[in-house]
Amino acid sequence: MHIPDGFLSTTTWVSAWTVSAGGLGCCLRQAGRAMKDRMVPLMGVLSAFIFAAQMINFPVMGGTSGHLLGGVLAAVLLGPWAGAVVIASVLIFQCLVFQDGGLTALGANILNMALVGTLGGYFIYRVIAKLLGGRKGIVTGAVTAAWFSVVAAASLCALQLALSGTSPLGLVLPAMAAVHAVIGIGEGMITGLIVGFILKTRPDLIYQGQGIGSRVSGLGPQAMEPVKEM
Amino acid sequence: MGKRDAIMGLAVALAIALLLSPFASSWPDGLERVAKDLGFFEKGEGAEVLKAPIPDYKIPGLDSEGVSTALSGTLGTLAMFGIGFGVARLMRRKGQ
Repeated sequence: MHIPDGFLSTTTWVSAWTVSAGGLGCCLRQAGRAMKDRMVPLMGVLSAFIFAAQMINFPVMGGTSGHLLGGVLAAVLLGPWAGAVVIASVLIFQCLVFQDGGLTALGANILNMALVGTLGGYFIYRVIAKLLGGRKGIVTGAVTAAWFSVVAAASLCALQLALSGTSPLGLVLPAMAAVHAVIGIGEGMITGLIVGFILKTRPDLIYQGQGIGSRVSGLGPQAMEPVKEM
Repeated sequence: MGKRDAIMGLAVALAIALLLSPFASSWPDGLERVAKDLGFFEKGEGAEVLKAPIPDYKIPGLDSEGVSTALSGTLGTLAMFGIGFGVARLMRRKGQ
């Protein structure tokens, strides 16, 4: 749902740029604090993987396609702040090099997908992971949050289109939410498969929040492999 | 994440970009579909404020769309690895 130039009114895109510039600055600061040496190569790999995966449009109903957003996937592995930075970097790169998403709309795209999709998605993931506990909690939380992140980003996009006078809210909001409720199933499936695979093979790569990591994940220290620094 | 895992992860990303991207669905995405259905799609036609070097992942001068997509995907994936790695390293240094 990369918004192109021309869809948003000047007031809307300037406001969105302002909000996302502030939000992204905040994410950069927080991510810097939480960044560990071993997360540096992981952030490179995730940036590369999410960029590549976003190129793979999968068909959904009636001549429509969708692709992975990856915000929740990034946040489950890198934490919410670095996760948002990854998605924002991908969006900036896609916009400047491939004209995928407009330059004026970049602020709105970052706001919808990198900030709301990733940070909001991470919040949902943590709540569910904590409630259910264990590996099942992590996977269920990631799948549910992934679906919500797509529908939330799409709904916010619809709101911006309505505020821009591009399309009435009563039409564009249900239309965007309905299409992305279907695309979000793909997001949930892909995110769940990857998170499940990583939990089986490298559970130490799952981001552990400050202090509550072991309780949330239910992974004792014995489940952790010794971490090799790069 | 160690060096070996990083190389393996990057290899997976590169394989997706190189081998899968030419077969990606070319159907309109969710927003494009809604824009077409609700009649505001043409608002974005020719409204670009920036001429990107590789618009729509099609390398200028390359005839084959599949080769073009695979190539821009592969180069983009490598570049994104560098960007992600670099940004993480900068943040690590500043955050200390």
